[in-house]
Amino acid sequence: MTTLLELDHINKDYRIRGFLDRSTLHAVKDVSFSLEVEKPEIFTIVGESGSGKTTTARMILGNETPTSGHLRFMGEDVAAIRSRAERLKFMARVQPIFQNPFEAFNPLTTLDYFLFATAKRFLGLKDQANIEAATDRALNHVGLSLAEVRGRYSHELSGGQLQRIAVARALIPEPKLIVADEPVSMVDASLRMSIVNLFRDLRDTLGVSIIYITHDLSTAYYISDRVIIMHRGDVVEAGDAKTVLGHPQHAYSRALREAVLPPDPVAARRIIAQRMASAKAAEARQPG
Amino acid sequence: MLAVVETKPASVEAKPVLRVEGLKAYYQMNYFGVRREVRAVDDISLTIKRNEIYGIAGESSSGKSSLIKTIAGAITPPLRVVEGSVKFDFGGKELDVYAERPAMKAARWKHLSYVMQGSMNVLNPVRKVKHAFHDFAFKHMGLSEQDFRARVESHLQRIGLDPRVLEAYPHQLSGGMRQRLTIGLATVCEPEFIIADEPTTALDVLVQQDVLALIKEVQQRLGSSIIFVTHDMTVHAAIADRIGIVYAGRLVEEGPTIDVFERPQHPYTAHLIASLPRIGDTKKRIALPGKPPNLADPPSGCRFHPRCPLAIDKCTRENPPLVPRQTGRVACWRAGEVEAA
Ligand SMILES: Nc1ncnc2c1ncn2[C@@H]1O[C@H](COP(=O)(O)OP(=O)(O)O)[C@@H](O)[C@H]1O
Ligand SMILES: Nc1ncnc2c1ncn2[C@@H]1O[C@H](COP(=O)(O)OP(=O)(O)O)[C@@H](O)[C@H]1O
Ligand SMILES: [Mg+2]
Ligand SMILES: [Mg+2]
Repeated sequence: MTTLLELDHINKDYRIRGFLDRSTLHAVKDVSFSLEVEKPEIFTIVGESGSGKTTTARMILGNETPTSGHLRFMGEDVAAIRSRAERLKFMARVQPIFQNPFEAFNPLTTLDYFLFATAKRFLGLKDQANIEAATDRALNHVGLSLAEVRGRYSHELSGGQLQRIAVARALIPEPKLIVADEPVSMVDASLRMSIVNLFRDLRDTLGVSIIYITHDLSTAYYISDRVIIMHRGDVVEAGDAKTVLGHPQHAYSRALREAVLPPDPVAARRIIAQRMASAKAAEARQPG
Repeated sequence: MLAVVETKPASVEAKPVLRVEGLKAYYQMNYFGVRREVRAVDDISLTIKRNEIYGIAGESSSGKSSLIKTIAGAITPPLRVVEGSVKFDFGGKELDVYAERPAMKAARWKHLSYVMQGSMNVLNPVRKVKHAFHDFAFKHMGLSEQDFRARVESHLQRIGLDPRVLEAYPHQLSGGMRQRLTIGLATVCEPEFIIADEPTTALDVLVQQDVLALIKEVQQRLGSSIIFVTHDMTVHAAIADRIGIVYAGRLVEEGPTIDVFERPQHPYTAHLIASLPRIGDTKKRIALPGKPPNLADPPSGCRFHPRCPLAIDKCTRENPPLVPRQTGRVACWRAGEVEAA
């Protein structure tokens, strides 16, 4: 087995300057996990906002250096990558997908131009025919083609199409790992499923591993192979996704699991009625 | 101390508090002499009863925000009402939003409150929370400064917030507290009608149920009506009494929440419900084929026909009207055949 990515006791602290004092914020605390080359998987990081998911993603992408611990990609310490060429090679193999597809694209340039630039930069292609072929190939993986995208601006396309193009852009350098930070939190259920289905296809057909960051437990359950649950920088539970999300053990994971509303009006109403009753009971206990 | 919910005579009770008729609202733009029209709200009729929570669902860009913005009378160019009307009935007094603008303005915020999409941002980051309440509600309540403050404080207490938050800046509060504040702002005038766009979308999962319970509690206590938009079907399942499903600027189905979830009549609704993931179930969910429609150049006939598994020739030519069916209304030439599909 070859290790694709290894997080080895990773910590990230931020120095916070307050009004009068300074303090240290432990954004990520002692996180360890690894992914194998031979076993492409969807590895999910679940947690509420502020739990350290984005900080972890930024460290994996090499955009942030751990305060302590080692982060290795294909056996190499990411923090030790110095030369421009080495860095570009690393970036080609670990690609990000961001949350808001509308912000990911410059509104003033056409989308094909943006995709071509990615092909030139990471694949070192010069010949326009090769550039277009590589772009078209990546677009085909997400169910689009260059013919459909050529000359279009981001505002001319729907959020779902843009999210697909964002995935296609990430595929151009033929990465081994994709880091998707909350890629579906802004979209409706149908589109959400089409994007996570796409991740599953990429894993199965291209052998790409995906780090899927989300606070949505339902899609996490649906597509993940393994999951870690983060709470204030700590990993509170980790393991097989169906086991952890289906039968969470840690109190925080259980609270998250119980916070998921079922897509069923009878059950969902019962939950809300219980919440209303307990709020009322709490109010009655309060004097005045 | 409990607020007494005013009981209305039966005749008033039966009359809808909101009546939207044949409403068309388009974005009309002119780019260097080229006219472009986005038909975001295209011939929508609906009524909302007193004491009712009505949820509007649909995919992004289907026109949900445009619709409730138009209902709230809060539109600005290039969005314009092209046809139809929006009428409220506040205690027997009719208010035609697009016919009597001055009257509407005067009466609006006393009876009606509108919480925009992303409204956690209505809280100005550089001003204390109390200023938001003052700006939003003081004029409409006709109270002295002192009484106003007391009223706001007791209102906040009621929705589970310490009145000291009034002296805080928004960034000092958690997301859940800010969301509670937004609900506090929307309800402090005790409006009869509340309009909210994606009120829970930016919310942390752990506080979502409490916020929904709070919305429902306030609504029941005030006896108000709510129309809200969200793409999150689980939120509709939790609090909506009725749901309206919007596709490409049109209402394609409407009915009591439980019926819509259990017996969807329109193929689009059936798809929406079937695509919802559930923990414990990994059965593959099929995404809708094809592209979302372009509202500047919508498909002919039924706008859903290019993506519809049940489409027949008639669907490509004739727009199906929204007609009563079972406990609700549906606009589909093959309504009710989805179960067989
Ligand atoms: N550049 C930074 N400087 C200081 N604090 C930061 C910085 N980036 C993130 N944080 C803090 O680290 C914690 C984790 O943040 P983040 O990784 O963004 O969480 P998540 O993505 O799970 O919402 C938060 O408390 C956040 O405020
Ligand atoms: N200011 C605007 N100018 C032009 N078109 C707009 C504007 N705002 C929204 N639209 C268009 O109107 C349609 C409906 O948008 P919207 O009501 O925001 O949908 P939803 O809330 O369902 O996502 C979309 O096609 C959108 O692109
Ligand atoms: Mg984040
Ligand atoms: Mg909207």
